[in-house]
Formats: sequence, structure tokens, C-alpha cells
Amino acid sequence: MADKVQPDPREDKPKYWRRPLDADTVKVPHGELHILVDRCKGCQFCVTYCPRDVLEMSEDFNTKGYHYPVAQNDPACVNCRLCEMLCPEFAIFCVEIKEEGTGK
Amino acid sequence: MKTKAPAAPDMSHPMEGLLRMDRIPHIWCPTCGLGTVVTAFAAALEKIEIPLDDVVVVSGIGCTGRVAGYIKVDSFHTTHGRAIPFATGLHLTNPKLKVVVISGDGDLISIGGNHFIHAARRNIDITVICVNNFIYAMTGGQVAPTTPLKANASTMPYGNYERPFNIPYLAESSGAVYVARWSALHVRRLTNAMAEAMVKPGFSVVEVISPCSTLYSRRNRLGTGLDLMKFYHDNCVIKHGAETRGLDIQFQDEIVVGKFVDIERPTYVESMNNWYGEVFGDEYEPYEGSVK
Amino acid sequence: MTADPRGVLTGEHYLDGDHAAAEGALAAGCRFFAGYPITPSTEVAERISARFPKVGGIFVQMEDELGSMAAILGGAWAGAKSMTVTSGPGFSLMMENLGLGIMMEVPTVIVNVQRGGPSTGLPTLPGQADIMQARWGSHGDYEVIAVSPSSPQEAFDHTILAFNFSEKYRVPTLVMMDECVGHMTEKVVIPKPEDIEIVPRKWYQGEPQDYLPYAPDDDMIPWMVKAGDGSRFHTTGLTHDERGYPVMNADCQETCVGRLVDKIRSRIDEIVVLEEDEVDGADVVLVSYGISSRVAIPAVERARAEGMKVGSLRLVTVWPFPENRIRELAPKVKSFVIPEINYGQLYYELERCAGGKARTILVPHGGGWVHDAQDIFDAIKEGAE
Repeated sequence: MADKVQPDPREDKPKYWRRPLDADTVKVPHGELHILVDRCKGCQFCVTYCPRDVLEMSEDFNTKGYHYPVAQNDPACVNCRLCEMLCPEFAIFCVEIKEEGTGK
Repeated sequence: MKTKAPAAPDMSHPMEGLLRMDRIPHIWCPTCGLGTVVTAFAAALEKIEIPLDDVVVVSGIGCTGRVAGYIKVDSFHTTHGRAIPFATGLHLTNPKLKVVVISGDGDLISIGGNHFIHAARRNIDITVICVNNFIYAMTGGQVAPTTPLKANASTMPYGNYERPFNIPYLAESSGAVYVARWSALHVRRLTNAMAEAMVKPGFSVVEVISPCSTLYSRRNRLGTGLDLMKFYHDNCVIKHGAETRGLDIQFQDEIVVGKFVDIERPTYVESMNNWYGEVFGDEYEPYEGSVK
Repeated sequence: MTADPRGVLTGEHYLDGDHAAAEGALAAGCRFFAGYPITPSTEVAERISARFPKVGGIFVQMEDELGSMAAILGGAWAGAKSMTVTSGPGFSLMMENLGLGIMMEVPTVIVNVQRGGPSTGLPTLPGQADIMQARWGSHGDYEVIAVSPSSPQEAFDHTILAFNFSEKYRVPTLVMMDECVGHMTEKVVIPKPEDIEIVPRKWYQGEPQDYLPYAPDDDMIPWMVKAGDGSRFHTTGLTHDERGYPVMNADCQETCVGRLVDKIRSRIDEIVVLEEDEVDGADVVLVSYGISSRVAIPAVERARAEGMKVGSLRLVTVWPFPENRIRELAPKVKSFVIPEINYGQLYYELERCAGGKARTILVPHGGGWVHDAQDIFDAIKEGAE
């Protein structure tokens, strides 16, 4: 059973308390993060509200002197794009990773 | 394992087509909600699939007033409080334009209050996105007609004792056909509300509760815009269809959000055409715009 | 180009100045009107509200004059010829957005049917005391064009002239009528549409993506588009560059605002319209405008009959003031006489331009009636000594 369900990288066991009937048909999407580091003004909206805890603030500064987000757990990104919607600086976006390679 | 997300130089932010990239970075403070409002608006435009050439954004003066300068559509940055009548002129001359007023609480409800209530009364087919940060931010943090009781502002240095407006109540009682309130945190619901408001014929109002870190939050020792967003997270309650008269906002208290009004009423141009059709009969040519 | 026949009520009519101005606007192609009732201008709005549904225009009575002025700017940006009417108190309210119209270079017309002032003043009686306000009423540096009709026929003609000026120079143009002309009923002849010359808007002809809203042409006037054309332009009341984007520094101010002033100031001689009669060789030149010019006629005739050499210089355009003509005449005449229904407004311009080379004699009147021709005659006689 465990090999059919996509494992949640954050946890040792799958999240579901029962296996959904259509689990084979549903593919959990994954996203590739793009962070335009020098646009960031360190507001931390993205880090705070990412539902998968993909991001954390970097230890270095960008050219404006702000800490910016870095992915601390890339594979957990499910391309929900909440970071992209919340960012006030148009500094972060996700692109869906298609099976063949990087999504466009 | 810490990985830096790859910065792909050939990939630009998906919103850049809708932004005046020659003016980015914008002037708003870190943790200001306005950038988020612009993102939601851009997403809403994409959602309703409207030709961007038909979209016109009109704004007034203030921090929110600067929105017109960053969105790549025909845009007008007008005088304080007069965005709505300016938009009325645009719309009535060419009703095919999708005219959206994006302006702040002080601009729209204080100096622009008269125009707000009359445009609602007339049911002019424009969309008004009122970004409410509870203060006059651009000029340094003065009290606004939406500042909650007891909050501090530069012209209420001992705390505000003036009762504020309840914008959804004002909009509904003046005649708006669509009234919704969301916060900048409710970004997807906000996008949907903006999309619905733009598509809806008639005077539609979307109030956006937005964090102002440098003035409202700082003066009231509420932290940064992020702290205000956390406050919205913990204190916003969604009550679709709630009675607008009960939607007052007290200082650091529950904020009711949702879609409150969604009714049908003939727009100004429809009313005019219907009436003149009755009065003049067949010889009346229904008005579709005064410019070919 | 000539007038759109749909708006032209060709024929001989018996109309008052307000009604004639409304017909003038229709003949000029005005199809968007936003106004607010105020005596003595209300009839213009009333007539337009009755005529517009039949000519495809749209009329809206706004909630106040501030909204009216903002709405006509929006209407112009959507491509229509737009107009509003008001009187003194409303004119004061419109000042801020008049400045916006000037800064954004919007072609539009504002009719001020002047009444006694200041404040509520004399709503139903004439005055000419808003003349300086027409020039300086809004804050900041700028130039406007203003015309002054003296009869209902001219109310018709000068409204068309005002629309033409506004399109040619991309500037809000003012029609400074007064209550006397506005409520005076006389014969007005409205010609055939093909005999009415209309200046079209300076429409941009290039590719939408290359459009720069404030890149001036050789005549210092930028090309204009309308919202929805696809050029995705931005315009603002802030000091802006050629792209219409705000730029907050002194150099941009000089380029932007300097051009707003120069586009009119450098072409004063093209813009000024005067009516001169026996000015050459005169000892006294009577400078007048609006209804006062008609009241002065018997005074001038009597003075001439008594052997005085009196010339008459009537200002059709009151702004820009005909500085060059006055400077030219001043060394050749003994004096200028200016009757105005105010305590001295254009009088100061006249005195400034006369430069001390001729006397300047004001015949003031507080408002509420027109001058007594006797007073004007006495002033002419004084000027001839």
C-alpha cells in the first residue's frame, strides 16, 4: 500500500488516515520555486504562510539589505502558488514541474 | 538540506505582462499589503479573460492611489477623492470599457464620500476596490473616517474618539449591487471577489483590509504588516450574507469578511435606455456610447 | 472638418445666451455633459439634458461641481468632446480639477455664466468679477484660453470657438459669459453644418505600443489617444515625463510645466481674437469685453460725435491677454479706458501692458447691473484731455 501512495517527504508515514479510492488517479503536483532575490523586502509573508513549510529566510542579505526567502525543502512544494499570490513585491513564483522535466 | 531555489534568468514573474516593469520596484513599504492587492487584481483580470485594452484603472491620491501607475492598462492617477466621478465620465462615454477604481479608504470615503454614495445610488457600472488600511498613510498617518475607536493617529494623538464608517453598510445603503470585504491575506477569495465584482453589472464594491506597517501598525504598536496579517488570520471571520449594519470594525477586534450583497438592479445606462425607450418609443436609439 | 449635422439646429432662432451656448456645444460636437445646477447657468444644462437623448449624447447631473469637472475630464479621455457649465461658486469648486485638466492636457470646455460675487453674491444679476480667477484660479503655473461673448449669437459662436481652441491647444477652455448675456433673448442664426468649422482632436496615428502621451509635436502639443485604443498609457496630475510617469524633480517640472505655459504663451498672437474699430490714430482706446462692450457703444458714439478720437478694442479672447497689441498702442494713445463689472481685474493687465506710456482709466461697477453709459462717456472724456 505504501508504495502506491506518494510519500510525504516531511513525514515518515503517509498523511492519509484511509487511502482515498482515487489515489491512483490523483497526482500531487510539485512546483519549482523561482525567487527574484533582489526584489524581496523581507516581509516574510511567503515563509509564514507556505502550507508545506518549504521556505525559510536566508541568513544573507540581498542588495537592498533584506533577508530573502530560500527553499529549505524544495520537494515539498505542491505548486499551490500561495507565496506567489501573497508576495507584495512580485519576487517569488512557482512553476509546475511536469513529469518530463521542468514545466514551462 | 538547504537549497537555494534556482533563479532562472530566462523566466520572468508571470505577472510582469501586466505590470509597468519600468517602474518596478514600487514605492510601497516592506510588509505593505498593496503589492498583494495588485497581484490579486492581476489574477482577477486573468480570471475574467477580458481583453486588457478594454480595462481602465482610475485611482485617487494616497498610497493606494499609486496603484494606477504600476498596472499596464490605460490608467489615470487623478485628484484626491475624484476617481469615482472621473471613472463615471469614462464609463458613460464608452460603456464598453471595464472601468475599475482602485483607491484608499480616505480618498474614497472621506473627500470622495459624496461621489461614492451617488455613484452607488445611480448604479454606475464600475468596480470600486477600496483598500482600507484605517489611516491616511501617504501623508503621515492621520485619522481616517475608517480608523477604529481608540486607535492612535497623528491627528488623534491621544486615540481616536470619532466613530468610523462601516464601508459595506455605507455601500449597501447607497445602492451598491455587490459588496464584499476580504483582507489582503485572503488572497484567493479576494481575487474571486474582484473577478465577480468586475463581471457584475452595476456598482460593485470590494473592501480590502490591508496592513499598513509604517503608519497604522507602528503608531498603534501592532508590529509589522506581517503581525497585522497574523491578526487577520486569527480574527477574520467569514460570514457570507451577513447584515452589513453589523460589520463595524472595533480596534483589534473581530473582522467579519465575506460577500454580503449580490443583487440585481438596472445600471444607470440601462435605466436611461429603458426609460427613454418608453418615453420616446421606437424613435429612440438606445445609447451605447457617444464615441464611435 | 465641419460639424456633425445631427447636433446642428440650423435656422433663425430667438434664444437666450444660455440656450445659445447649449446649441453651440451641440454644433461643436459635444456629446458628454456633466454639470450641477447653479443660477444663472442652469438653463444650459436643462437644454442639453433635453437635446442629448436625440443626438446620441449623454448627460449626467452630478452630485456637485467637483464631480462635474472630474467627470468631463474622464469623458474627454474616453474620446468625447465634453463640457460643463457653472457660475461663480461652482467655478471656485472646479478649480482643483481644472488644474488636473490643464496638467493632463485635456480638451474640454467650461462655461462660467458670471454673477455678482463674492460668495453667494447676486445669483440672478450680472458680474464680470471672475475674470482674474479664470486665469489664476487654480494653483500652480499654467496658461488658459478664455473667451467672452457679448450676445446670444456670440454665446453660440464663441462656444464653438472654445471647443476649437481646446482641441487645438489641448487645454481646458473657458467661456466667460455673464448673467446678462445668459438671460438675454435675441436672434441667433445657426448656420448649416457644412458652414461650421470644427477643429478635430489631435489623434495619435502611430502604433499603440510606441505611444508616448506627452511627447510634444512640433507645435508643442502632444498627440492624444482615448482609453481603450490599446496604447496602455498612464497619465497623472503629478509632474510627469513624456511617458506620463511621475518624475519628482526640478528638471522635469521645467520640461513638463514649462511646456504647458509656453504652448500658449509663445503663440499669443495666433490665439488672441480682437475686434478693433478706429483704433489707429485714436487718442482714447476703449478696451472692453462681454456685455460691457455693448453698453459702451453709445458712449463711444457720443464721444466721437463730440469730436473726440475714440477707438474701440473689444476682447473676444480675454485670456491670453493681448499684451503685444496693448504694448504697441500705448505710446500712440493718450489713454485707455476699461469698463468692467468689477472693481478692477483686467484693468491691472491693461495697466501693466501700457507700461506707463498711456493713462489707464478704470470704470468700475460692483455688479448687479450693467454700467450707465454716462459713466463710460465721462471716463472717455477724461481720457481725451
